Amino acid sequence: MSITLSIIYLIATVTFVIGLKLLGHPETAKKGNLIAAIGMVLAIIGAVLIPEKKLPNGEIVHIVVPLTNYVLIGAAILVGTILGWIIAMKVAMTKMPELVSLFNGFGGGSALLIGIIEYSKNVGVEDSAKVSSAITTTILSAIIIGSITFTGSMVAWAKLNGSMKDLRLPKYNLINNVLFLALIAFAAYIVLMNSDSLLLIYVLLIASLIYGYLFVAPIGGADMPVVISLLNSLTGIAAAITGILYGNMVMLVGGILVGSAGLILTFVMCKAMNRSLSGVIFGAFGGDAVTGAITGGKSGGTIKKTTASDSAILLNYASKVVIVPGYGLAVAQAQHVIHELEQVLTEKGVDVSYAIHPVAGRMPGHMNVLLAESNVDYDKLIEMDNINPQFPNTDVVLVVGANDVVNPAAHNDPSSPIYGMPILDVENAKHIIVNKRTMNAGYAGIQNELFFNTKTSMLFGDAKSALTELVNELKNM
Amino acid sequence: MNELLEFISNNLELIYILILAIFIGVELIKNVPSVLHTPLMSGANALSGVVIVGAITVMLQSDPNNYLALGLGFVAVVLGTLNVVGGFAVTDRMLQMFKKKK
Repeated sequence: MSITLSIIYLIATVTFVIGLKLLGHPETAKKGNLIAAIGMVLAIIGAVLIPEKKLPNGEIVHIVVPLTNYVLIGAAILVGTILGWIIAMKVAMTKMPELVSLFNGFGGGSALLIGIIEYSKNVGVEDSAKVSSAITTTILSAIIIGSITFTGSMVAWAKLNGSMKDLRLPKYNLINNVLFLALIAFAAYIVLMNSDSLLLIYVLLIASLIYGYLFVAPIGGADMPVVISLLNSLTGIAAAITGILYGNMVMLVGGILVGSAGLILTFVMCKAMNRSLSGVIFGAFGGDAVTGAITGGKSGGTIKKTTASDSAILLNYASKVVIVPGYGLAVAQAQHVIHELEQVLTEKGVDVSYAIHPVAGRMPGHMNVLLAESNVDYDKLIEMDNINPQFPNTDVVLVVGANDVVNPAAHNDPSSPIYGMPILDVENAKHIIVNKRTMNAGYAGIQNELFFNTKTSMLFGDAKSALTELVNELKNM
Repeated sequence: MNELLEFISNNLELIYILILAIFIGVELIKNVPSVLHTPLMSGANALSGVVIVGAITVMLQSDPNNYLALGLGFVAVVLGTLNVVGGFAVTDRMLQMFKKKK
């Protein structure tokens, strides 16, 4: 690699590290994103303007690129930039999980195409000129991981936007695991046979694509934060593998950083949902919890209904109120109304904060973004571990569109599928108001004994209209 | 087996970098508050678009008469650019929302 290009890639790599570091703090996040973006542009410009090729003997030569290739590259970048920009500017914040899934898929797709092209270069050349089996292994890994990420992300995207339902073949765990092992065995066969058959690669490609589909297809909606994190990690790993292929450090480091970031978020999400990572990877998840419709949990007892005016009185005379928003809030587009409610209460001297469960929403941190969009100050968004000790001093908890994350069964019912999952301990507060549309169970399909607690009153109705009514009542007090 | 050992000894630096990068990634992300998880993920998502550098390399090296390589390479560059531009732009838009309250 020429020294100029090496330096450009070095700078880009450093900007990635610094950018990610800065992205980790609210005050510096925007700058971090910008720095990483500048590094990326630099790397792309370098790659385009300094064309080089690594000869089989390891020597690096400058190559002359035909004009056609340049025109095509320029056109592709132009198309991608315009489309990417439009999508980024238009997407609604509730649709962020879909968007990230889509982009994950694009990254994976890009890696798999590179793998195929690199492999096809090897077709029909004499044995002595063939690439080593280590390189073939790298190419095949890029194709497999890229393909799984591609179809997996597309399925996740389709599920998130509601156009695809969960699909569970009988014995899907077994089928998936067997298919996965078969994929690895088949790839090993191609490497060991030193094959250059394009047909075999297409078989491998199609099998990987199918595996990606089957991998995500059975997973239920509530598990989406884990899936998105995992796919994010896989995209990074796919990029890193292509980096190894070209001995390109910026791709290697960039990809690995994304890979480990995604993996950590996967762990965080697993922990927040009390699932093991092996359960995630080998398909056990989403399965057990959703098998029965409404199972476990105590559904006995009576519920207490309340009205908007009664709730308003309760809130008006409280000194500390905690709002627990769930995805139901976003579905009802009630983020702005909840902010209005918070403002009205704050003006009345009530201390209001939001309790954010790590898996609130459809991807890690999703609820924070939705609330930030409606101008809620992020200082008011309190993480689970920090808010839980505050519940005993809280006068009223208002639960909007959340269910499983406040279900006490996670603490005290070992037979419950969510037993052991960390939850928001809202039952320690003096009063609990739960806004729900109906008495239907949450995503995990389990009854919530919180609703039958004597301290709980149920405010039935669509989140947006119920909260609007609440705000109006409060304003009239 | 020999070939594997040979690969390792030829690419020792690469392997060092790979392992150290994993540690850096873990350290960088470990303590990020959950309020930033979504922007972090979409920012990381944009970074994984670095695969575009590989796509560009493929296209630069392709024979202009190899329509398969050029066609697939074209799609790979478009997808990579979408990933990069869309990822950084939407992250910026999101972080803008976090910022304006202060």
